[in-house]
Amino acid sequence: MRRIISILMENEPGALSRVVGLFSQRGYNIETLTVAPTEDETLSRLTMTTNGDDNKIEQITKHLNKLIEVVKLVDLTEGAHIEREIMLMKVKATGAQRAEVKRTVDIFRGQIVDVTSTVYTVQLTGTTDKLEAFINAVGETQVLEVVRSGVSGIARGEKVLSL
Amino acid sequence: MEMLSGAEMVVRALQEEGVEYIFGYPGGSVLHIYDALFQQDKVSHILVRHEQAATHAADGYARATGKPGVVMVTSGPGATNAITGMATAFMDSIPMVVLSGQVRSDWIGDDAFQETDMIGVSRPVVKHSFMVRDPKDIPEIVKKAFYIASTGRPGPVLIDIPKDHTAPNKTFPFEYPKKVKMRSYAPVTRGHSGQIRKAVEELLKAKRPVIYAGGGVVQGEASEGLTALAHKLNFPVTNTLMGLGGFPGEDRQCLGMLGMHGTYEANMAMHSADVILAAGARLDDRVTNNVKKFCPGAKIIHIDIDPASISKNILAHIPIVGPVKQVLDDMLEMLNEHGGEPDQKALERWWQEIEGWREFHGLRYEVDENGQMKPQQVVQALYKATNGDAYVTSDVGQHQMFAAQFYKYKRPRQWINSGGLGTMGFGLPSAMGVQFAYPDAVVACVTGEGSIQMNIQELSTCLQYGLPIKIININNQALGMVRQWQDMQYGGRHSQSNMESLPDFVKLAESYGHVGIRVDRFEDLEGAMNEAFSLKDRLVFMDIYVDPNEHVYPMHIAEGSMRDMWLSKTERT
Repeated sequence: MRRIISILMENEPGALSRVVGLFSQRGYNIETLTVAPTEDETLSRLTMTTNGDDNKIEQITKHLNKLIEVVKLVDLTEGAHIEREIMLMKVKATGAQRAEVKRTVDIFRGQIVDVTSTVYTVQLTGTTDKLEAFINAVGETQVLEVVRSGVSGIARGEKVLSL
Repeated sequence: MEMLSGAEMVVRALQEEGVEYIFGYPGGSVLHIYDALFQQDKVSHILVRHEQAATHAADGYARATGKPGVVMVTSGPGATNAITGMATAFMDSIPMVVLSGQVRSDWIGDDAFQETDMIGVSRPVVKHSFMVRDPKDIPEIVKKAFYIASTGRPGPVLIDIPKDHTAPNKTFPFEYPKKVKMRSYAPVTRGHSGQIRKAVEELLKAKRPVIYAGGGVVQGEASEGLTALAHKLNFPVTNTLMGLGGFPGEDRQCLGMLGMHGTYEANMAMHSADVILAAGARLDDRVTNNVKKFCPGAKIIHIDIDPASISKNILAHIPIVGPVKQVLDDMLEMLNEHGGEPDQKALERWWQEIEGWREFHGLRYEVDENGQMKPQQVVQALYKATNGDAYVTSDVGQHQMFAAQFYKYKRPRQWINSGGLGTMGFGLPSAMGVQFAYPDAVVACVTGEGSIQMNIQELSTCLQYGLPIKIININNQALGMVRQWQDMQYGGRHSQSNMESLPDFVKLAESYGHVGIRVDRFEDLEGAMNEAFSLKDRLVFMDIYVDPNEHVYPMHIAEGSMRDMWLSKTERT
C-alpha cells in the first residue's frame, strides 16, 4: 500500500543522506522525495512516498525514528490528509493540437506559464492521480518534457506536525 | 575562560569523559592531536599495528568494562581500515567513539592526499557521526558522541575532524558541557508497566516456558535480574552466542546456547515452548532457522531497548520496549509483591522432558582412538586449566562455536566474540582490550590458524605493552567452518579452504618476543596448558594441531524449524 511519510528533521548537512541511505541499506523503496526548510530554519520537512505492507511500514518508521537527526515523524496516510504535487510540462502545441491542449489544461485547471509558437509550458497542481490523468489526457506522444516535485502533504484539521 | 586549540580541546574532552585508553595509529591528519596527547599523561595511547586492530581492541575493552572504547585514526586508509571494527561493534551494539582525522576543510572534496569521505563510507555502520565544521563545537560534539554511543541501544559514533580545526596556533574558549540536550534523541528509560504486567501474567500461566536471553542482558547489566527471575520461576534459560555468561553456564537451569549450533536441549525446548521470554535478543537468522516454522506453539514476550528489533523477524505477542534490566527487575518486583506461582506440576513435567533431551545428546562427540586431538578437547582443557574463570575472546569459525559450547561462562562480559558480523581477526586485538582493562586477569584468545593470521601483527603490540595473553590456536590447517559446509553441502569439494604452507607459529611467536608451544598429542595437552598458564607475565602462543575433519554439531538443517538438526555426521532429528 502507498504511504506518505512526513518527517521533521534537523536542518543539518548529511541528515538527508542518512534518510536516503537507510532506504537503500534496508531494501526499502522511495517513490518520491521532497525536502525543504520550514518556518523554523533549524528544521527541514521531508515528505516521501513509499510502498509496503503494514509490517514493512512499521519497520521503516521505526528505523527512521532511530536516526538521530529525525525529530518527529508521521505517516500521513494513517489519517485524513491533503496531498499535492506540482508538475511542469512542455507539450507540443501545433496545428489542431494547440487548441486541444489549451482546452485540456482548462479542464484540469492548470495554467499555461510559457508559450512559444510550437510549445506550451503547463503548470498543474494536484494529487498524483490527477497529474497522471492529465498526462494521459494530453497523450504521451504530445509530451516533450515532464518535471514533478514529488508529493507534499499535510494532515487535515487541527493536527500539526511541529515541535 | 581557558583558551585551547582544537587539538587540545579534543584531548581535554576525552579526559573529561574519563577515558583511560585510546587505541590508535598516527598519521598526517591527526598529528596536531597526537602532539597534544604527547603533552599530557591522563589518557594513555596504545599504538596498535593496524587500525582494524585498534577498533577491535577498543571493542574488547568496551565489552569487558561496559565503558565506551575509544579509537583514533588518521584520514583516508587509516579511517577505512577502521571500518570493519566499527561494523563489528555496530552489529553487536558495543559503545565506541572513533575519532578520525580528515584533510583540511578547504581541501575536502578535492581528492586531496589521504582523503576519504569517512562520514559517507561509515554511514551504514555507525549509530551516528559528526563532522567538525567549527573548532568551537568540539567539546559539545565529543560530549554528544559519548552520550549517543553509550545510551539506548549502544553503538559506534564517529567524529571526523579536519586537520585545520586542530591547528595549534588557533585557540578557543574551552568549557566542557555538563549535560547533553538533544531534542531529537531520547532513548527509552522505562518499559511500559501495563505490558510488563501482561507479560508476568503470561509467564505465570506458562506450562512449557523458556527464557531466551541475548547480548542485551550482558550489555544492559541485566544479568543479576535475569538470574533472580529465572531462579524465582524455575524456568529454563538458553543464551544466544552474544548472551553467554548472562546466566551462569553451570547452573542447572542453563540449557546452553541455542540456534544454529545450539545444544539439542535448548533448540528442542524452544521449539516445544508455549511461552518464550526473549530478553535483549533480536531473533536473528542464526537463532530462528526458518522463521515460518519458528516455535509454532509459543507466545512471544520480547523485551528490547530498540523498538526496531521487536517484530522485525518474528512477531512479538507482548512487545516491551525498554532497558532489559529495568523491565526484568520490575517483573521480579511484581512477582514478589503480588505473589502468584507458576504451575509447578506442569513445570515438573517440562523439566523431565528437558532432562531427557539433555541426556540424549549433551554435546557428545567422538573421541579419536588413534589419539588425534579433537578441537572440543582443547576447549575443555582450557576450561579446566583456567578453572572457568578466564576472559575468553574468540575469532570466527568452528573454534568460536566450540568455545561457545564447551566453556561454561560464569559471569557476564567474560565471553567476548564477534557474533553479529562474524569478523575474523577479532580475537587477538579484542583480547588486548580486555587485558588493558583488567591487567591482572587471565585472558585467553581461542582462535584458529585462519583467523589469527588476520591480525597476527598485533603480537608486536602485545610485546610493547607486556600483555600476557594466552593464544589458544586450534590448528586444523583449514578454514574449518567453510570446510564443514563444503563437506555437508558441496560434496566435499574443499574449494580454497585448506591452508597450505602455514608458518611455524612457535618460531613466529618467538620472533615477536613471546613464548610458543606446539601440541600434537592429546596426552600432552593438559601439561602444555598448565605450563602456558603458569607463565603469568608472558604471552604464550599455543599452536595445537587437531583433527581437520571434525564438524560442529548440533547444526540446524537449513530451512527447517528449530528442532531440525544434524546431531553428528550421520544422525539427524
